[in-house]
Amino acid sequence: MGLALITPLVGAFLIWICRVDADLRESMSVLAAIVLILLVCSLFPTVASGGRPHLQILEILPGLSLAFELEPLGMLFAAVASILWLVTTIYAIGYMRGHAEKNQTRFYICFAVSLASTIGIAFSGNMFTLFVFYEALTIATYPLVTHAGGEAAKRAGRVYLGILLGTSILFQLLAILWTWGIAGHLDFVPGGILRDQAPPMVIAILFALYVFGVGKAALMPFHRWLPAAMVAPTPVSALLHAVAVVKAGVFTILKISLYIFGIDLLADLGVSQWITYVAAITILVASLVAMTKDNLKARLAYSTISQLSYVVLGATLANSFAVVGGALHVAMHAVAKITLFFCAGAILVASHKTEVSQMQGLGRAMPFTMTAFLIGSLSVIGLPPFGGIWSKWYLALGTLAAGERLVLAALVISSLLNVAYLLPIPIRAFFAPPPGDSKTTEIREAPLACMIAITVTAFACLALFFYPQPLYQLLSPVVNLDGAA
Amino acid sequence: MISSHLPALQVVLPLISAPVCVLIRKGLVAWMFAVAVSWITFVIALALLVHVVANGPLSYAMGGWAAPYGIVYRIDLLTAFVLIIVAGMGALVTTSAFRVAPGDMSRDHQNFFFGIFLLVLTGLLGITVTGDAFNLYVFLEISSLASYALVALGRDRRALMAAFQYLIMGTIGATFILAGIGLLYAVTGTLNMEDLAQRLQQVDDSRAVKAAFAFIVVGASLKLALFPLHAWLPNAYTHAPALVSAFLAATATKVGVYVLVRFIYTVFGGVFSFETMSLGPILMVFGLCAALVSSLVAIFQENVKRMFAYSSVAQIGYMVLGLSFASHTGLTAAIVHIFNHAAMKGALFLALACAVYRLGSVELSELRGLGRRMPITFACIVIAGLSLIGVPLTGGFVSKWYLVSAALEQDLWLVAAAVLVSSLFAVVYVWRVVEVAYFQSPPDGKGARCEAPASLVIPTVALAVACIYFGIDTEPTVGVARAAANELLASIP
Repeated sequence: MGLALITPLVGAFLIWICRVDADLRESMSVLAAIVLILLVCSLFPTVASGGRPHLQILEILPGLSLAFELEPLGMLFAAVASILWLVTTIYAIGYMRGHAEKNQTRFYICFAVSLASTIGIAFSGNMFTLFVFYEALTIATYPLVTHAGGEAAKRAGRVYLGILLGTSILFQLLAILWTWGIAGHLDFVPGGILRDQAPPMVIAILFALYVFGVGKAALMPFHRWLPAAMVAPTPVSALLHAVAVVKAGVFTILKISLYIFGIDLLADLGVSQWITYVAAITILVASLVAMTKDNLKARLAYSTISQLSYVVLGATLANSFAVVGGALHVAMHAVAKITLFFCAGAILVASHKTEVSQMQGLGRAMPFTMTAFLIGSLSVIGLPPFGGIWSKWYLALGTLAAGERLVLAALVISSLLNVAYLLPIPIRAFFAPPPGDSKTTEIREAPLACMIAITVTAFACLALFFYPQPLYQLLSPVVNLDGAA
Repeated sequence: MISSHLPALQVVLPLISAPVCVLIRKGLVAWMFAVAVSWITFVIALALLVHVVANGPLSYAMGGWAAPYGIVYRIDLLTAFVLIIVAGMGALVTTSAFRVAPGDMSRDHQNFFFGIFLLVLTGLLGITVTGDAFNLYVFLEISSLASYALVALGRDRRALMAAFQYLIMGTIGATFILAGIGLLYAVTGTLNMEDLAQRLQQVDDSRAVKAAFAFIVVGASLKLALFPLHAWLPNAYTHAPALVSAFLAATATKVGVYVLVRFIYTVFGGVFSFETMSLGPILMVFGLCAALVSSLVAIFQENVKRMFAYSSVAQIGYMVLGLSFASHTGLTAAIVHIFNHAAMKGALFLALACAVYRLGSVELSELRGLGRRMPITFACIVIAGLSLIGVPLTGGFVSKWYLVSAALEQDLWLVAAAVLVSSLFAVVYVWRVVEVAYFQSPPDGKGARCEAPASLVIPTVALAVACIYFGIDTEPTVGVARAAANELLASIP
């Protein structure tokens, strides 16, 4: 377990050593990713059979230690992040070379450090550790977001850092300190640590502080950083803003709901109900905004904001179905959205097109990419035979169990909106005639490395429809799903 | 034999060395001598800390004259802790002065620089170590007069004006303290702090004592640059030579905080200070104003030294805020922050000294491309800046944790929120520097790598590492600070 934490850092170091030779450097990156996957997967059987590996590194203040404990949610998140790291690295090699980006060594190093932070978040055994890695992730991704180095990148970096550090210091840290004052420790304990410790009013304020303090979950009105961060190179957008950073946010919210408050407490007090509505509104509004965006990455970014709130919804509905749905959505959405981002990047590399309106007829030149895009879209929308349906299924069950008809309606409408803003892209690419100029005909598919990555994630979308069982079984002990059903 | 005289040596060694330094005509030899002296001073401070941790507080009668007639040096945990900070910074700064002092003044006068520097060191160590109120004033004047001279050494003529302003304000502060001590002597007939504390217990409701309290608190506040008495500080730090700013920022104001703590807790006692005189709300309001207003002002500065000077005023606000809670956690926060702030500000100003050495100026616009030109210096600025913000695993986080906990203990939500807001301001001003240094391309023709000399870079890196190390292994700082807070609070009857 300790090894898994260190692997990406060692990888970063090796990348730095091999900075002179691009091939060697990138093989180091791939190697670190493979080792990480093996290590994470080797923990899987233990966790699935109920084991909770524990590792305490050091005690910073009395009662405040840097400790790790692996439980199913973290296992899921770590597995998703590490597997997609490998895929993204392969993709990045094609993309960064195809696009002739500068400072590639810094890019790969920061990438590896970000992954180390993500694994740290996934494994964290108490709120303090989680907070440490949460901040580390923000800072490690800053050079990635601002990779281009221009004026736009600088401004985006400001928004990114401002919102993420701002919310985390102002709300989250306050909430953590407050929790510490109330409960005396910050360990993640199933069932929560706050029951009978504080009046409902305080619990309600605390929960709000946490939910809004996790800026990475992009709950409105703290969502602006996500579209801003899209100035980053596409592999960064793909891994960090479809997987690591945003999923770290919603993962944090799930962890807090389950292990700091406990869903029973949330359900009993009803303190999370209004946040449910905020999440529902975020889902709808972000989907609507996505429809207005012509820039493909911006559209995907707003789609991500909307989809993240599904997970928040899962946590705040506070029942077993919803939590399982939310947790599944972490994996399902990650795979689907990364496919979409990969495609967007592939289109950029191959044709230098960024706007949706320019992509008419592109399907003829890049049939493969556009097919993958269609698959990813269908999975995000939640249609069979793709993985996305399972998470929506459980979330819908969750809304019914909680008696929130309005929220269910929001889910359904949101799915329709997804159809409206995602499907036109592949449809027009395949069926609309290409614009008159002859340039389009010269466009070829993206580099091979990119295509491999896209294929893998597109197939994963499909595979998760047929084999969600391992994930489901991993997650069910978290909330006693069998008992509830 | 010698070990029993360590408290005296702590002060006497740099005091005697100062004139010797001036007598050595050669700059290089003077430097070697000053380095040797300051490191020995640091070792003495370490030995004292070890001794105090093991055996409890230590009293040393100067010249064998017992209290209350003679001057007593009294060293408890807090004293030893502050001694370490002052002596440590002194050692690092003298070491790094190897080639930098010539940049700020002509080579012939380097020996004077080291002489004055050792005098400041003497004064600051003396203030800390003494157990006698009048002796404290004497050392205060030694350190102040010498530091006016150091500030005036700055390269451009505005340094003279800044030094003059510092002199006026500093003298008013010192006079206030003297007036307070005089009143105390008139009431109690003693100058020994322990004696004072005992006799003040027996004095009920004396207007003279209250006046003395007011004089001393205001005087000390001037010395430690508590908002709104901080006007001298930004000018002095901006125009002083970069190394001097580094040393003063890390030590002089901290010793001011120490004086305040010493008088509030040891001499007057917590009950008198916080209940009779209700000092808590006063310090809290000014501390909060300092933290918020100065951080805000720091955002708009174009000169980076001035920016960090305002940030110092804000950080001092944190320490005073910690004191104002009059609780164990609050006091711990203040003491820990004395240390952590010394490390981070020392690192920042030394890094700026590196920048001055190569670039000649620390206007924000001159730092363009610093990330490429001086990567190590830049890395130190980022690390110390993160500590200033209070990012976890840095020293700044530990202090902030205690400070906010102390506020939450007393259900002061707004205060806790204000502290966090002020750290957001810190994000903004630190990031202004980072953005310029990282994104903007260097001025034409100056893109080459030009790291400062190793003698300057190594101390900077050492302090930056300290920022991180003491954020992870907090036992040395927090442990001592908690114990020191216990001692101080135990003295309240």
